[in-house]
Amino acid sequence: MTDAALTPAQAAKARARTEAEARLKRRYRAEARFRLYGRAAIILALTFLVVLLGRIGLQGYSTFVDYRVSLPVQVDANRVNLADLGGSNFNLMVAESALAMLGEEDDPYGQASSQMMSILSGDLGFQVLDRLRADPSLVGQTITVQGPMKANASLYYKGQISRDTEVGGRLLSDRQLDWLDELRDQGRVTGGFNWTFLSRSDSTEPEQAGVLGAVIGSAMMLFVTALLAAPIGVLAATYLEEFAPKNRWTDVIEVNINNLAAVPSIIYGLLGLAVFINWLAIPRSSPLLGGLVLALMSLPTIIIATRSALRAVPPSIREAALAVGASRTQTVFHHVLPLAMPGMMTGVILSLAHALGETAPLLMIGMVSFVPGVPETLTSAATVLPVQIFIWENASERAFHERTAAAIIVLLVFMVLMNLVAVILRRRFERRW
Amino acid sequence: MTAQRDDTLAAGAVTAPRSSATGKVSASDVSVFYGEKQALFDVSLDMPDRMVTALIGPSGCGKSTFLRCINRMNDTIPGARVNGRIIIDGEDVNDRQVDPVLLRARVGMVFQKPNPFPKSIFENVAYGPRIHGFATSKSELADIVESSLKRAGLWKEVSDRLLAPGTSLSGGQQQRLVIARAIAVSPEVILMDEPCSALDPIATAKIEELIDDLRSQYCIVIVTHSMAQAARVSQRTAFFHMGAVVEAGATDEIFTNPRDTRTQDYITGRFG
Repeated sequence: MTDAALTPAQAAKARARTEAEARLKRRYRAEARFRLYGRAAIILALTFLVVLLGRIGLQGYSTFVDYRVSLPVQVDANRVNLADLGGSNFNLMVAESALAMLGEEDDPYGQASSQMMSILSGDLGFQVLDRLRADPSLVGQTITVQGPMKANASLYYKGQISRDTEVGGRLLSDRQLDWLDELRDQGRVTGGFNWTFLSRSDSTEPEQAGVLGAVIGSAMMLFVTALLAAPIGVLAATYLEEFAPKNRWTDVIEVNINNLAAVPSIIYGLLGLAVFINWLAIPRSSPLLGGLVLALMSLPTIIIATRSALRAVPPSIREAALAVGASRTQTVFHHVLPLAMPGMMTGVILSLAHALGETAPLLMIGMVSFVPGVPETLTSAATVLPVQIFIWENASERAFHERTAAAIIVLLVFMVLMNLVAVILRRRFERRW
Repeated sequence: MTAQRDDTLAAGAVTAPRSSATGKVSASDVSVFYGEKQALFDVSLDMPDRMVTALIGPSGCGKSTFLRCINRMNDTIPGARVNGRIIIDGEDVNDRQVDPVLLRARVGMVFQKPNPFPKSIFENVAYGPRIHGFATSKSELADIVESSLKRAGLWKEVSDRLLAPGTSLSGGQQQRLVIARAIAVSPEVILMDEPCSALDPIATAKIEELIDDLRSQYCIVIVTHSMAQAARVSQRTAFFHMGAVVEAGATDEIFTNPRDTRTQDYITGRFG
């Protein structure tokens, strides 16, 4: 059929149809394009996440394995003064026993024993001391102690240092590597899960450093934060949303709360420094102080989350309660708050999880210090997980870098747990329709 | 411009005839302001006991605003101000001595959209009596719930699942549940704000039947957009237009022999 056979009206109709089809095709193309962009964005985001987590995991997983050596130690009666046990050099004694076991002898300058001491943890010497303290009759006998290798030696067993590594980069001499091979071949060295990392606190020796102190410190600090921020935030939000008159003052307050939520966290650290330390004289570096600062930091977020959860409760529920003669308080506490609960819980837990990972304000209040023990009270010096990560990251020893990644893993595990709790609480409360 | 509008509306209010029936609820010169904007202009209306008073009129004419004055629900709207007097049994509801919370127990309200609490059917009805301390024991409370549900015509449908969520009921059932909830606190007046607008005709018929039953015990004020419904359920009708009552009187008279042309136009569907 040719164009000439068509009447003008038919031609116009046909043209309109092809135009409509073209438009339709364009719309489908636009949608397909948009989907593609969306998928690309998600894939990109996931790639970043996988790279990040993968890097942390790869760098950190080896921390959870450590190598322990068991050595027979000849306790030389001539070198132990029972009246002053601590005065003896047990590390040297351990090193000499190890040398003897490997069929070598110390040289007059003590170079061999000193090299041996730098592959065996000082923990072994302390163990000998503890055993002698408990039972002085062991003097002159041979006792077997079991303890960690120095971190560098462990790195060699883990394959992170090899003979090919240049000597300056591995901090282990060829002779030490020979000993390590020999000890392994004799079956003196066993690898296992690194309980030390979970059961000890910070130490100058990487093989004896652990996250327990930081975990407990974080828990205590978060306890203070939750105890303060959750009730204050929820009550403030409830009052502002349900009871406060809507006037200039409440507008000013609302704007300021929103602004506070955007204030950089380090400013809260400065505030803590000025108010809590200089004015209220709260002990610095304590979980109480950190908790107070983080509570201030979390308050705006909690208030905003709670307010939006309250606003999401349909007004018809409030009207229903008021219409049967419930007072405002009864309306809020019997009907509105229970309905807003899942949203409030999620907001509170997420902002606490955020507080758990906060570092900057804690640096301002002096929480960045070497704390080798578990904090005993809320006012004793403590360190927390993110700060511990920060400290280890700055350490020069190679083994601390591996521990940095491992501490990040521990922190992430706690984050995931908290978010999981948020999800579970949400599900649970929402099930009540 | 506002002043001119005020004048015409005031004129409309003046021509509105005063109802001769003595009211259980009696409003005189009620004006409502939402901030700067005036929503009601000197409304005077009597709503007799044991009768259904229908408030009709085009959207935005102030029917619901007026209804919400009777149980002081307007208090909950920020910036709302009510002038004039609303007398229930000789007592002004806007009197300082009247507690709005107790007033709302005496004046129940049913809303446009069914709004049961997200709790069980039993809890929905039991909530009012519980907070007002109407029941001293569990069995007493159960009795109140049962009788309220019976009076709302819902008992047969829900007696075997009182612990099911109130929101699991159908729209019409939910609306009857809400009516049962209102009845449970033994009100004297029941206000209904377009109670059937979200319901299908069958559910609407059931609610209308229920309203007719309840009439023997309560003073009922109902806002409706349906002329037919007003004619079916009410004994008295007030026609609202632009924030004022244009005409009020016996329903038969309003529908068969309206005195004001605006009423006639609205009823016959010429505007609104």
